[in-house]
Amino acid sequence: MRRVRDGLPLLPFFAVVVVFLIIPTVTVVVSSVYVDGVFSLERVAALFTGTALSALLNSVLLSASTALLGALLGAVMAWLIVSSPPTSMVRRTVLSLCSVLAQFGGVALAFAFLATVGLNGVLTLWIQQATGWNLAGSGWLYGLGGLILVYTYFQIPLMVIVFIPALEGLREQWREAAVSLGASTWAYWREVAIPLLTPAFLGSVLLLFANAFAAYATAAALVSQGSPILPLLIRASLVSEVVLGQSGFAYALALEMIVVVAIVMAAYNLLVRRSARWLA
Amino acid sequence: MSTSAPLKSRVLACAASALVVAGIAACAPPEKKDSGAQTQSGVKAAEATSAQDFGGMDGLVKAAKSEGELNVIALPPDWANYGAIIKAFSDKYGIKVTSAQPDASSQDEINAANQQKGRSSAPDVFDLGQSVALANTAMFAPYKVATFDSIPAAYKDPNGTWVNDYGGFMSIGFDAAKVPPVTNVNDLLKPEYKGKVALNGDPTQAGAAFSGVVMVALSQGGSADDIAPGVEFFGKLKQAGNFLPVDPTPATIESGQTPVVIDWNYTNSSETKKLPSWTVFVPPNNPVAGYYYQAVSKEAPHPAAARLWEEFLYSDEGQNLYAQGGVRPVRADAMTSDGTLNAEVAKALPTVSGPVTVLTPQQTEAASKYLSEHWAAAVG
Repeated sequence: MRRVRDGLPLLPFFAVVVVFLIIPTVTVVVSSVYVDGVFSLERVAALFTGTALSALLNSVLLSASTALLGALLGAVMAWLIVSSPPTSMVRRTVLSLCSVLAQFGGVALAFAFLATVGLNGVLTLWIQQATGWNLAGSGWLYGLGGLILVYTYFQIPLMVIVFIPALEGLREQWREAAVSLGASTWAYWREVAIPLLTPAFLGSVLLLFANAFAAYATAAALVSQGSPILPLLIRASLVSEVVLGQSGFAYALALEMIVVVAIVMAAYNLLVRRSARWLA
Repeated sequence: MSTSAPLKSRVLACAASALVVAGIAACAPPEKKDSGAQTQSGVKAAEATSAQDFGGMDGLVKAAKSEGELNVIALPPDWANYGAIIKAFSDKYGIKVTSAQPDASSQDEINAANQQKGRSSAPDVFDLGQSVALANTAMFAPYKVATFDSIPAAYKDPNGTWVNDYGGFMSIGFDAAKVPPVTNVNDLLKPEYKGKVALNGDPTQAGAAFSGVVMVALSQGGSADDIAPGVEFFGKLKQAGNFLPVDPTPATIESGQTPVVIDWNYTNSSETKKLPSWTVFVPPNNPVAGYYYQAVSKEAPHPAAARLWEEFLYSDEGQNLYAQGGVRPVRADAMTSDGTLNAEVAKALPTVSGPVTVLTPQQTEAASKYLSEHWAAAVG
């Protein structure tokens, strides 16, 4: 009885989870294997054709590379921020900036890049006038290369936000203990800090991976020809005015995305559990 | 549409997308019972096939007014003058018009009708591109407007299941202040247009871009049955570095990110109002025309208002309003001969000399198939 009463305040949350997570997931799973009420693996089989496989590969490549780039650069930046005292004005400014930039995605971000380094971007034209060199080249911004750059732009600040608590968890006493036992700075990092931070770092990489994997609006605004990544391929299957009757394929693609994100989230949970032991 | 929302909400949002639509539908109040009301002649409003079934126009107006509302979908206010048309209709009959998802695609209209079936928020009328319209005729309620006979036979279904409402020509819009004038499709290959030529969308997805490829194909010796030269031309454009893979919007045009845009003449000319140096060029020798398809939804929650909307669109008043938006109303020929087409507006419509090409449904299907196989390789 008491457990029921304790659980009551969670009901609204539970309702939200059911409506916005469980029902859609079940809908996607069921719709991708039931075609007109009959069980069929035809839609799932379509995932193993050229277009779908290359979209999956590109999506994974994009998410993995921006996660690694974002995590490495973000970790260095987080370390620099943590090195300054908590009262420092610079630290507080950079942290607020990171919170804003980590959310600055979508059409606005894509347009900002188009207008700066696109084929007719301000910076492109300026450099071309000054040096004759074409920064935008053959239009790399409008493909996978551009997506990597633009995604990294919001991955770095997200990394800073999620990694700073881990860095703050490193106690000064541990360093002092190591030094008093004769460790050099290098040895301290190699033997103490890095092993401690590794689970948190890898966890953040996975978080960033999922963040990039599910992002849609930025890519939609930046890439207008073709559907190189999964979210864009889903859009094409759902709204195309030219090639019709692809909505079932969209369900199968959504299922594929759920599977990938589920794997990543499971790995993330394992890592967080490990690092929580030390940095609690 | 925030892309960089924190992960949890993103995963939720991603997984929830399918449900959101269902959720919206669930929020709308159930359909009112009176929508199946009988008309004076004893026919249900939802089955009326002409104003006669309501006992004439007055009866239709009365029935529509008692419904009091109309749901339209995917009608951008700056597209074909729809902003003014909706206002004129609403003012004339005192009917509240709800315009949902103005920027949605044709397929979105059909999706919305399916997802909101039986709800008072479902769309009453459709304005669709050719392939989507012809694939979904089972969802349309046949209706013949009073002016049905003055619409050329090629532009309507004989039973009034669908009727073309307006059309336009494929055009090349360019900013005369930034690039030399375009006088020919082949001009686009010149080095002056490096990185400047944009197409309105991906032709395997967007109807306008699709027709753009057809227009280019015709200029390169192709035909309605053979669009390969068009795809080849875009391949050359890409190789020359002239193709700009940006989806043009009013924002990209006004900020100069897309100095040359291949799109319908009416969308391009609506840009001229905001950017005076924006010039519209319709290749005069092989013009490609495209007509949109107008239809009443079989599941229309406001069946009388939906039919009154059709009557209004095909009346002289409605057709002149279309013409003011730079599109060619379907009754243009008949109205020119009986002098009801606003002469000043008619002058502003583009003139073409060669035979006008309109793809048949079979040609469209064959061309889409070709595009889905070859487009990505040509511009990728």
